[in-house]
Amino acid sequence: MKEQAIDIAVIGGGPAGLAAAIAAAKAGVERIVIFDRQAELGGILNQCIHNGFGLRYFKEELTGPEYAARFIAQLAEYPQIEVKLETMVVELTADKQLITTSRRDGWNLYQAKAVILAMGCRERPRGAINIPGTRPAGVYTAGTMQRLMNIEGFRPGNRAVILGSGDIGLIMARRLTLEGIQVAAVLELLPYSCGLNRNVVQCLEDFDIPLYLSHTVVEICGEGRVTGVKAAPVGSDRRPILERSFMIDCDTLVLSVGLIPENELSREAGVQMEPSTGGPRIDTGCRTSVPGIFACGNVAHVHDLVDDVSEESRIAGIAAAAYVLGEESIANGQKRVKVVPGRNIRSVTPQEIVAGEPSALYIRVAFPERDVVVTAGSHRSKHRIVTPGETVRIVLRPEDIDFNAGVLPVAVEGGEVNA
Amino acid sequence: MLLNGTETDVLIIGAGVVGSALARELSRYQLRVLLVEKEVDVAFGTSKANSGIVHSGIHDHPGTLKAKLCVEGNRLYPQMAEELNVLYKQNGTLVVARDASECEMLGQLVNQGLLNGVSGVQVLGREELHRLEPNLNPDLAGGLLVPSGGIVIPFDLVYALVENAVANGVQLAVSTEVRQIRWEGGQFIVETNRGMVKTKYIVNAAGLGAAKVAGMIGDESFTIYARKGEEYLLDRRLEGYIQRTVFPLPTPESKGILIIPTVEGNIMLGPTAHRVDSFHDFSTSAAGWDEIFRFTQRLVPGLQASDVITSFSGLRAAGDTGDFIIRPSELNTHFIHVAGIESPGLTAAPAIARYVVELLEDAGLRMTAKRFFNPYRLVVRIRDLSLEDRDRLAVKCPAYANIVCRCEMVSEGEIRDAVRRGATTLDGVKLRTRSGMGRCQGGFCSPMVMRILMEELGLKPEEVTKNGPDSPLLFGNLRDNPSCPEKD
Repeated sequence: MKEQAIDIAVIGGGPAGLAAAIAAAKAGVERIVIFDRQAELGGILNQCIHNGFGLRYFKEELTGPEYAARFIAQLAEYPQIEVKLETMVVELTADKQLITTSRRDGWNLYQAKAVILAMGCRERPRGAINIPGTRPAGVYTAGTMQRLMNIEGFRPGNRAVILGSGDIGLIMARRLTLEGIQVAAVLELLPYSCGLNRNVVQCLEDFDIPLYLSHTVVEICGEGRVTGVKAAPVGSDRRPILERSFMIDCDTLVLSVGLIPENELSREAGVQMEPSTGGPRIDTGCRTSVPGIFACGNVAHVHDLVDDVSEESRIAGIAAAAYVLGEESIANGQKRVKVVPGRNIRSVTPQEIVAGEPSALYIRVAFPERDVVVTAGSHRSKHRIVTPGETVRIVLRPEDIDFNAGVLPVAVEGGEVNA
Repeated sequence: MLLNGTETDVLIIGAGVVGSALARELSRYQLRVLLVEKEVDVAFGTSKANSGIVHSGIHDHPGTLKAKLCVEGNRLYPQMAEELNVLYKQNGTLVVARDASECEMLGQLVNQGLLNGVSGVQVLGREELHRLEPNLNPDLAGGLLVPSGGIVIPFDLVYALVENAVANGVQLAVSTEVRQIRWEGGQFIVETNRGMVKTKYIVNAAGLGAAKVAGMIGDESFTIYARKGEEYLLDRRLEGYIQRTVFPLPTPESKGILIIPTVEGNIMLGPTAHRVDSFHDFSTSAAGWDEIFRFTQRLVPGLQASDVITSFSGLRAAGDTGDFIIRPSELNTHFIHVAGIESPGLTAAPAIARYVVELLEDAGLRMTAKRFFNPYRLVVRIRDLSLEDRDRLAVKCPAYANIVCRCEMVSEGEIRDAVRRGATTLDGVKLRTRSGMGRCQGGFCSPMVMRILMEELGLKPEEVTKNGPDSPLLFGNLRDNPSCPEKD
């Protein structure tokens, strides 16, 4: 077991890692290694066999595997990118030392000049939302269900209830229906869906799947296998109204109750985290608080669209290349402003803007509103509707930002609350 | 596996921690021993949901079997854990007092401990208590430190005991339910769902089923009722936040709701203690969580509900005497009850095993030690190895370098080992390896573990279960004839 020196270690070979590695190679970095746990590049896209990807980035509609293939095909042009599949990074230090393990190569040490964190995110499990009841077989997260069906080819259930109407929950409702697995109901804790509007229409309404807003699962029933779930409406405080609970017969409960950026390695490396996103704090170059460690894609904040992941990761790749090639000093000398979230803002990424760098902000609101103005510095943009389910992406011009102020207030103004 | 006509010296009914500890103890002697378990796997009953505390013995009433066997068992743990390669740690026990009147009650516990033979107990003032555990509520007035208190992974111990017993000649039969017992010609004829067994002695370690098994020989001298305990496991992010097991002052009903650091670095909160009518009610409830959270907040205010990664519940097999029921049946001295083994049963288990060996000997069973008894159990745990050792192992067997469960860092090699060690279900693999026990709760690894189970055991998708035949995970393939060609 000897230590190998590399320029950039890219942890994760999904859309973020691929775009970042290619951008870094284009910028002239010599030795880039992508590490991925799976047997194939593409990450979670490989199990997303539905279409709807790439409308912004490629101006056409692709499936997940097709979208990934566009990037994977480009790797052939960049021999400086090495791919280590079925390889897990188990440790990362602030000095950018990595310990990896794989069936083929055993345990290995790498010393990188820069690291790009592109591990994506994972799903919140049942325990994280603490649903009471029994512990039968047939409780799956949406992503596990998707893998069991789309990759493994199994039938994990016959009649399902889906908890959570985020995009994954909605897409799985359609997917189950298409495979002849009945979807008895989709339940959503909030008074509105957290998914893209187009998914509510195309995945539920087109298939007559009932969506129960302001409802949740209050009990899982069944000894061996799920036999049903007890559902109940929730009040304005989001607490279930138990006296109005009712049973829904099903043998499967699919949980789509949120994604958590996968940041165990980031924490180990001492990267400063941002509570509002669950990811590292990053600037417009995707730089984290540890010099030479960059973060992009869903590890930094959960994106609605893979197109945005690709764009953000391209920037991370360029910034990491600059760091490795010794051009970082240009960004170091620049003025910076910190983003300060104001009214109806749950999170803004990146959290810091560096003068001279492209400044796209991904804003997640705290509650839905109609006819609002999003303000950021002197930027003003009107939006007909904002919801926590759809990120607002705004692109700032240099003149929108007062770099001498040190801070950039971001807020949503003038809306009708809960419209 | 059919048992038809199997003849043994000792039949142990129930492969929980008690039956398993006894099986291992008996495997030291030249005896034919059969251990039967009605579930598909050992440890799948009460032992699975145990809190994992190796009690010191200060809590038990002097003169009881509980007190005697708890203190003895506690002393046997370090060597047993060492031999069996079991995850065990002497982390110390704290009993905390909220005010001056509770501080006085601590003194009674110290005295009780002394009578039971528990040594080294230290009385702590407010400052000492908070120096030891800075995250305890600063309002707590004082406490006791009992250095001999420890923690163990209860199911890990059961698997180790059974594996070691089997390695030393004990026969194990899972999915085997005893249905009838008759005494005939100086031996028992035992009917099971897998055929008949003849045995000279029976040890009834059937847990919740102990009264029912006793009834099979007409012995109705005790009853067993189920007392449910809910437990909530917190993310390993909090490793070290609390280092010692924290007890409130006990009530007449129970030792109270505790804060339990586990050997694997989680913190566990619980258990509740409520009598339930059903022997199958393993549900958790919103009320149970409220009770636990409200109580533990008073002891450690910094714990957060958002750190819960999973919850579970178990049923204690409580007797009606207030003490363990360990004695020969009044109807037949060849039939030994080991019943009503509630807390501190896990701690007492190795001492119970020795005690039952004495009872069997008293009842006429001849104990001749084996010339060769192998006390050791070996198991690979990647997490515990140095980087160099991991790499050396990977060269010999690459499956140990392929990580399947990333939250708990469990390799494919360990999962295959678990199946070869006896796991037949997803939960069986989980309890043996920790695969799926971490913060993602099996989201990533369970499809891979299912594949390994199919491969190792030759199962069809619909035959893969969570914890037995009633818990199928899959209903076959999506398509009978996959239209897509296999990828190259």
